[in-house]
Amino acid sequence: MPEVKTPDIRGINLNEPALFRLDNGIPVYIIDSGKQDLIRLELIFNAGYYVQSAPLQALTSGMMMKEGTSNYSSKEIAETVDHYGTYFETLIDQDTSCLCLYSLFKNLENVLPVLKEVVRNPVFPEEELSVFIAKNKQQFIIHSKKVEYQAKVNFNSNIFGYDHPYGRKADLKDFDLLNRDQIIDFYKTNYSSSNCKIFISGKSATDTLSLLNTHFGGDHWNINYDTNHNAIRQNPVTEKKQLIHKEDALQSAVRIGKPLFNKLHPDYSGLRVLMTILGGYFGSRLMTNIREDKGYTYGIGSGMVSLLNGGYMFISTETGIEHTSNTLKEIYYELDKLREEFVSPEELDLVKNYMLGEMLHNFDGPFDQADRYRSVVDYGLDFKYYRKSIDDIQKIEIYDLKQLAEKYLDPGSFYEVIAGKL
Amino acid sequence: MIEFDKLILDNGLKIIVHKDSSTPIIAMNILYNVGARDEDPEKTGFAHLFEHLMFGGSRNIPQYDIAINRAGGEYNAFTNNDITNYYLTLPQQSIETAFWLESDRMDDLAFSSDSLKTQRNVVVEEYKQSYLNQPYGNVWLLLRPLAYLVHPYQWPTIGKNISHIENAVMKDVKDFYRKYYCPDNAIMTIAGNIETSEVEKLARKWFEPIKKTKDYKRELSKEPVQISHRKLEITSKVPFDAIYIVFHMCKRSDPEFQTVDLISDILSQGTSSRFYQQLIKENQLFSEINAYITGELDEGLFVISGKLMKGISMQDGESAIWQQLENLKNTLVDDKELQKVKNKIETLLAFSSMRALNNAMNLSFYELLGDASMLNLEVSRYLDITREDIREQSNKILNENNCSTLYYLAE
Repeated sequence: MPEVKTPDIRGINLNEPALFRLDNGIPVYIIDSGKQDLIRLELIFNAGYYVQSAPLQALTSGMMMKEGTSNYSSKEIAETVDHYGTYFETLIDQDTSCLCLYSLFKNLENVLPVLKEVVRNPVFPEEELSVFIAKNKQQFIIHSKKVEYQAKVNFNSNIFGYDHPYGRKADLKDFDLLNRDQIIDFYKTNYSSSNCKIFISGKSATDTLSLLNTHFGGDHWNINYDTNHNAIRQNPVTEKKQLIHKEDALQSAVRIGKPLFNKLHPDYSGLRVLMTILGGYFGSRLMTNIREDKGYTYGIGSGMVSLLNGGYMFISTETGIEHTSNTLKEIYYELDKLREEFVSPEELDLVKNYMLGEMLHNFDGPFDQADRYRSVVDYGLDFKYYRKSIDDIQKIEIYDLKQLAEKYLDPGSFYEVIAGKL
Repeated sequence: MIEFDKLILDNGLKIIVHKDSSTPIIAMNILYNVGARDEDPEKTGFAHLFEHLMFGGSRNIPQYDIAINRAGGEYNAFTNNDITNYYLTLPQQSIETAFWLESDRMDDLAFSSDSLKTQRNVVVEEYKQSYLNQPYGNVWLLLRPLAYLVHPYQWPTIGKNISHIENAVMKDVKDFYRKYYCPDNAIMTIAGNIETSEVEKLARKWFEPIKKTKDYKRELSKEPVQISHRKLEITSKVPFDAIYIVFHMCKRSDPEFQTVDLISDILSQGTSSRFYQQLIKENQLFSEINAYITGELDEGLFVISGKLMKGISMQDGESAIWQQLENLKNTLVDDKELQKVKNKIETLLAFSSMRALNNAMNLSFYELLGDASMLNLEVSRYLDITREDIREQSNKILNENNCSTLYYLAE
């Protein structure tokens, strides 16, 4: 048997991206590396669900920007993006909207004039909006039939509260209530040059700076951006257990967890180690017990989610209806065990090595590095955060883990959603 | 250009080495030349079930997962109708661990009956999660036997019936392993910051002692040419009607493969594509509609799948699709449109060679196709396609006699 070596963390590429500013002050983070002539450009706005005033507003506004501008029709935009072989997608989540473009280096300059229009001059044509809504409404209905989806959205509602922007779930009627003015209003208040960051990564990324300045620098746009978002209070429901009965279900989706905090909290790193032990990798306790020993599920996992204005931990799985109650029993058994018993030093060593190896993977290549930077920069952090994380992982001891488990894994504090059948 | 070296051990194991000095990670990919098409029709889903058992421990390594996680590595595998593919990544310094892990389970799997019992249950849950408990989830359980009457592509990788998995016994497991899991039936690729000479040294140490087993020759029933349209209609608890149309097409290694792939791209790659612009946006017949190919090694399928907008009749949706297909057959695609789908492919291929692991997977796969160096010819094979090629292949494939249609109706 070859000697087991601790991953060499010197291999983790923690070189900070180069930071430039366009003439209007937009920060551009550059990761110039890679062997393929492929560039990824991301324009990022704090324009996620958190700042919307109605469900679907952030999503529809972000997705509709490419459906027509002052100078190009929706079809012309699609033609240009495809003609130059580029892949363009808009990704909206709780906190951010990301307009992401993959392009060969040689084609970037040809597609940027259209991207500039999409970002700065969208007009949200009424007829395009109605097609978008009808199509998405059908996809929403299909999605809503899935137990996994039901468990997830209801869990978020329960831990954040039905009126909290992280918890408020979209309803079918929200598609009919949505109007063009709300979409335009959301665009104008959020897609501003003063709310924009740019990430550019890939081989020769630095050489694109003057192009970026031409298209996104210069004047400020959408200057009525409002930076003052009041913190919204979380208002979790009082009934912590919810069963969404589905008569014909063959499996139940299970989601268990609780509201916590984001990565700025001092306990975040330690809890991440604890959650990895519990369900964060293939050989984790939940996988070993519930999949590899009992065969109740195809997969089960746990994790931490960090959001700009909060955070939570969760455990999730899909399990045969005949195994659902036993699965719940085993999940709580594993939580109890973490509270009541020390993790063995061997298991902790293994998980430390796994997590350090994971860090090596997570910083491998320009796009991954950009992803890592993106996920800390909005918190006012940089790669020093990861240096500290590595340090925290290396230093944590079994006593610390037991303390964390006692502090955070009280079964009475958990929320539980089951979609399917008990 | 993905550069590589190739060597073959005396026991027949093919080894490909791709040096990539930009990464601290070593990727190892082992492709076993066995898939669901090699299964007994009465014991389907077995290749995939077996993939699960490969993680159940081997002679010197009772727990595969612990051994690799301890070295900071990650791993997974997939099975399809043609191949079973295992891959792992590790910090460079632990490269020997990869050779140790993979050679041990190629040489002597543990065959624990507990593992078999558990993994049967796990795969049954996977079957439910992916195929039975999702709207439209069972569509390939219906389409495959409709399109294939004799070729083993008539069942999906997960198996044609859940009972086939529930009934798997240890004798099947052992027979399967002896027949297919041998060095001369595998292609191993290592990608990362490593010299070929070092890989060779490690390979001789760990893999060379594994014995070559008896050759077997794959003899699969050939699917007869389809001569008339087939149709199936089912009603299910789904919210909207859906239509699936499949056509027989060429093998993965045939020269016209890339042309057929581009035909599917003209129809549905990107929001400027014909299906998206005309069937979703202009006429609002579908909420989603795609054309794609299965890309299998033997003669595969060209697939069209669409979900109809509420209130649109199946007949209207279907005839609009056929009108698009007739256009391809009757009118030459213009140069600009052809150039567009080629440009998309070029970007996609660049993207797929960003990571050492992807390169390792691709090199193994192209070696199986005939020669790993074909990976580097792929872009030019797409760029050489002409407007006439597109029309010719459209006429060859997109015919009613060559087609099976599934109406998936909402209750």
